[in-house]
Amino acid sequence: MHTQIFKTLGKVAIASAAVLALAGPASAQTAAPFTIQIDGSSTVFPISEAVAEGFQQTTAGRIRVAVGESGSSAGLRKFCRGEIHIADSSRPIRSSEMATCAAAGIQYVEIPVAFDGVTVVVHPSNPIRSMTVAQLREIWRPGSDVRNFNQVGGPNLAMQLYGPGSASGTFEYFTEAVNGTARSSRTDYTPSEDDNVLVQGVANNPGGLAYFGLAYYEENQSRLHAVAIDNGNGPVVPSQATVRDGTYAPLSRPIFIYVNAAALRRPQVQQFVQYYINNAAAVSERVGYVALPQAAYATYLQRAQRRQVGTAFGGRATIGASIEEVVGRRLVQTPVSE
Amino acid sequence: MAVTDVQAVRDITARPPGLGARKFKDSAFIVWGIIATIVGLGTLVTLVTDLAHDGGHRVTSAFFTSFPSSEPALAGILSAWVGSLLVIATTALFAIPIGIMAGIYLEEYAPKNPITSAIEIAVNNLAGVPSILFGLMAVGIFVQFLGNPNKWFGFLPEGVREAGAHLFGQSILTAGITLSLLILPVVIVATREAVRSVPREMRHGALAVGATKWQTTQHHVLPYALPGVVTGVIIGISRALGETAPLIMIGGLTFVAFLPITRPGDATFETIGMLDEYGAAVDPNATETVHITHDGVVVLPDFTERAVQAGQTLELPHGSSIQSTADWGDAIASWNPGHWLGQEFTVMPIQMFNWTSRPQAEFLELAAAAGIVLLAITLLMNGTAIYLRYRLRKSIKW
Repeated sequence: MHTQIFKTLGKVAIASAAVLALAGPASAQTAAPFTIQIDGSSTVFPISEAVAEGFQQTTAGRIRVAVGESGSSAGLRKFCRGEIHIADSSRPIRSSEMATCAAAGIQYVEIPVAFDGVTVVVHPSNPIRSMTVAQLREIWRPGSDVRNFNQVGGPNLAMQLYGPGSASGTFEYFTEAVNGTARSSRTDYTPSEDDNVLVQGVANNPGGLAYFGLAYYEENQSRLHAVAIDNGNGPVVPSQATVRDGTYAPLSRPIFIYVNAAALRRPQVQQFVQYYINNAAAVSERVGYVALPQAAYATYLQRAQRRQVGTAFGGRATIGASIEEVVGRRLVQTPVSE
Repeated sequence: MAVTDVQAVRDITARPPGLGARKFKDSAFIVWGIIATIVGLGTLVTLVTDLAHDGGHRVTSAFFTSFPSSEPALAGILSAWVGSLLVIATTALFAIPIGIMAGIYLEEYAPKNPITSAIEIAVNNLAGVPSILFGLMAVGIFVQFLGNPNKWFGFLPEGVREAGAHLFGQSILTAGITLSLLILPVVIVATREAVRSVPREMRHGALAVGATKWQTTQHHVLPYALPGVVTGVIIGISRALGETAPLIMIGGLTFVAFLPITRPGDATFETIGMLDEYGAAVDPNATETVHITHDGVVVLPDFTERAVQAGQTLELPHGSSIQSTADWGDAIASWNPGHWLGQEFTVMPIQMFNWTSRPQAEFLELAAAAGIVLLAITLLMNGTAIYLRYRLRKSIKW
């Protein structure tokens, strides 16, 4: 009986080897269809996912689109190696990435697709309603010794800090906007890459304070309170309206897709990117982001059609810029110094 | 005096010194044992109850037959479970034969020398390497090196390069090989343990009547070691099933609304000639004679379309594609590993990972539902392992 088992196992092994041997030649005849490959930021992912879904429905599945979420930096790395056609990014391309892309001969068309407002939240029982950017900096700067809300003009309440992990684009943006330098932050807080963990932390802790994307606040409004941010012009509560009109400064940021300019010559990719821009407003609001003004989308549609390459940000994250200002900027392909 | 001695002995036997303490330790151990069991089981029960409470109502038949969607009500795990199945099948195909053979070699054949010891230490250490490192290695070897044959292997014939570019890269084959490397140490160690537990006398008996080493291993060692080997293999496969990090590294995608295999009625594509990474023909002037087997549409490189009928023979430029609707024959043909091994994929843990990080509560329910399915598959596999072990043990006659 045992010999039987081994004879059978042996046959299975030979059969699988034969199948693998066949795999090579067979593939040459039935090559997989062309798939538009998107990867990058998990912040942008919900928009790209919804657009890809709609696009495949309207084209009856004739053009495939696959979306990954390995993070803004990993996505742009793959993009500059030519492995993907479109990179999702929650921040503008950095000067180091511009250099990598240039070295690999890869040109990109930069398309802002929506706005996100980084929202500072506290527990609903906390009487604090607004904070100035200076107070936020006092709390979050490296080496800060703020342990109680009364140190920043609040009630006598021990402070429990939560925030995104250092791999997150939100962390990068917030630290640059508030502390002045990207990635410089106090480290004695509870970090998590999963924003739902941050929501739970503040919702269950009267002294909790955290920051994350607007969508997470809007979905949890009953359990959290959003702090109005005072950037010198009085406190502004984060909302779709204040993010769109640019008054919620400096914590509102554009999010992007970067399209490979050579891929954009392909009608499939061109068709997809135009569909993306035409649907970005509706989709971004459905998944919790803020649409850009209609005029901006019109400009970006033209940019895609004409394949105008380069970035409007010169390799830096620009903090608190209004969209009207960003739309009009000159595109560059080499980093711009201060 | 004798009477008192007997009495003393009786006293000692009836009430030995320290009896109370020993009895207490005896019952204390039982209590600790029970507490430990309750903690272990309780965690599992809580987990299962919590998942069932959160996501139980989402596990419907539509959940298995729908693609992921940005609309929670429409979302399902079709591409995820099909992807998991294909990736795991590929993993098993590589890990099982290599792992078992390596285990047998190390235990039965390898001479005792420093090289063997070095291999053993390497295998044991490999079991403790974080899975993300396997992902990094796979990106370097399978995605960037083997997946880029036009860059590195220009000397090979075009057909071989085309097949290489198709099979490697961010593909099911890459994922399967990566996961099989990840679980190899588990399979090897389990095989060695199982082979070692077969009594030495079994081998001596076989060798004494003139059996060769392989005959001894094949007829006397392996059958008795098989229950242990099967357990090791299934534990390894279960681990691979839940792995996320290395697959995200090598480009496991999150939103995939198509399947690597074809269902009857699906739209099919067949591209003509070798294409570059943007889907354009490498040699735009080349043409190929194609025999049309299905009614459908031919899309030329300039994206003009023309209808075609089965039976036609056409001269098509590279970069054209033939689009039609799959019948049962196409569906069965698509099970050929050459068709699906090179395609993009997603797996269940990646899909869950995505859903847990979404702000909308409905997606958390979907993640819980996917968790229930993943847990059920793992339990099913472990159940199969237990059953197989039981059957194989029963058939052993020492």
